[in-house]
Amino acid sequence: MALLEVKNLSVYYGVIQALKGISFHVDKGEIVALIGANGAGKTTTLHTISGLLHPKTGEILYHDRDITKMPGSQIVKMGMAQVPEGRRVFADMTVEQNLRLGAYTRKDSSKTAETLENIYKRFPRLKERVRQPAGTLSGGEQQMLAMGRALMSEPDIILMDEPSMGLSPILVNEVMDIIKAVHEEGTTVLLVEQNARKALSIADRAYVMETGTITMEGRAKDLLNDESIRKAYLGE
Amino acid sequence: MSFLTSLVNGLSLGSIYAIIALGYTMVYGIAKMLNFAHGDFIMVGSYIIFICVSTAGLPPAVGILLAIILCTLLGIGTEKVAYKPLRHAKSNLAVLITAIGVSYLLENLALLIFGADTKSFTNVVTWPGLTLFGGQLRIQGVTIVTILVSLAILIVLQLFINHTKNGQAMLAVAQDQGAATLMGIDVNKTISLTFAIGSGLAAIAGALLCSAYPSLTPYTGAMPGIKAFVAAVLGGIGSIPGAMIGGLVLGIVEILSKTYISSQLSDAIVFGILVVVLLVKPTGLLGKVTQEKV
Repeated sequence: MALLEVKNLSVYYGVIQALKGISFHVDKGEIVALIGANGAGKTTTLHTISGLLHPKTGEILYHDRDITKMPGSQIVKMGMAQVPEGRRVFADMTVEQNLRLGAYTRKDSSKTAETLENIYKRFPRLKERVRQPAGTLSGGEQQMLAMGRALMSEPDIILMDEPSMGLSPILVNEVMDIIKAVHEEGTTVLLVEQNARKALSIADRAYVMETGTITMEGRAKDLLNDESIRKAYLGE
Repeated sequence: MSFLTSLVNGLSLGSIYAIIALGYTMVYGIAKMLNFAHGDFIMVGSYIIFICVSTAGLPPAVGILLAIILCTLLGIGTEKVAYKPLRHAKSNLAVLITAIGVSYLLENLALLIFGADTKSFTNVVTWPGLTLFGGQLRIQGVTIVTILVSLAILIVLQLFINHTKNGQAMLAVAQDQGAATLMGIDVNKTISLTFAIGSGLAAIAGALLCSAYPSLTPYTGAMPGIKAFVAAVLGGIGSIPGAMIGGLVLGIVEILSKTYISSQLSDAIVFGILVVVLLVKPTGLLGKVTQEKV
């Protein structure tokens, strides 16, 4: 049963068509990767699912409900979180304030405090910097903060937009390990990446995007061994 | 002693500018627009108090409360009707010009309803004030109340912003509306709340301003509005402590110039200071240059 289903989605920026009727789905408990080059429409896809952009045609179903026209803030309440491209932490606010904003939709403060403790356990470096403004963190720490912030809402599905961007190889591996750990604890993941090798190595299934369309889909393992994928995205 | 008197009076006038500047700076910080009609909300609030107290004979506290409520509603309504539809307009000028239009609309509506003649406002502060140093220094009650009220507003506002969910949502929306939405924050509601607070503060500023300078016309809010805007820019627009400091600096400079230099030149000096500060520090006294980390 699909947790998230996107049907025939078309999105325009003015007259420019960014998404040309794409369809895909994410089942509960999967890691699904969306790979492709710059400008393929990956970020647009995530923004549209999260309600930051609204499509011209098409449908988005989440938990079997039509969320196509739902405001973004409502979608978060339904258990969807996003780690946006470029991290977009609130630079002037402290680490802890950022994390607490991640729990903005939650009412139960004792359970929220519990989640906060778990996040600090997962990201010990954030705990060392609770009172520090997020803008003073390193790029890697900001990425951890953005992930921790998204996890504060205890989402059913987490959308991650280029979590490895601009990070050193060691940090990229660390980020991928965290995604795997989050997934093992029961969160479904939709992962957008330009780093196709890394994404395919942890994903169950993947879709390949090219200029607003999905050109290929399949099991991540199969795509890793596919000749055309190896040439186009894995640099072989 | 005359210096001390001027300083206290400057502090008081500056407190009023600061309260108005808070509204300017919060709306700018969160909704990213300059609400040039903000000064006229002061005038609307003052007329409401005038009608309640002088015409209907109600206690001043009731008049002030009513003015705060109605100005809050006016602020929310103006944003919904006039500004929100233009929030995603191609040019930022669209909403700026609309704000100027709202300003003229409010001034001319007041002209139509109340006429152009000056109404003499009743001081809402009945306390006569303090006499210090054996009668050498006299401070009016309204002066002291103004300073205390603005101090209280600043403290409450800081507590609200740093320690409540709505306050944190305002900070988040100020920095990144998209990321705020991804936290589940309703950006429209947050902007409405900002206008509500700013407009409510304008009503309080109106009560204090017209008590200290008791002549009310449809243009009463215009000049203090512009000076408060200058104060907000001087302090670093978008910064709450900046608005407070900018307001106080402006008020003190204005009164001291009036006392020691020339009352005709005082406004020129006030605006001159703005020019100098912006030349030296374009972001204002507490304004920050935003940097992005990659």
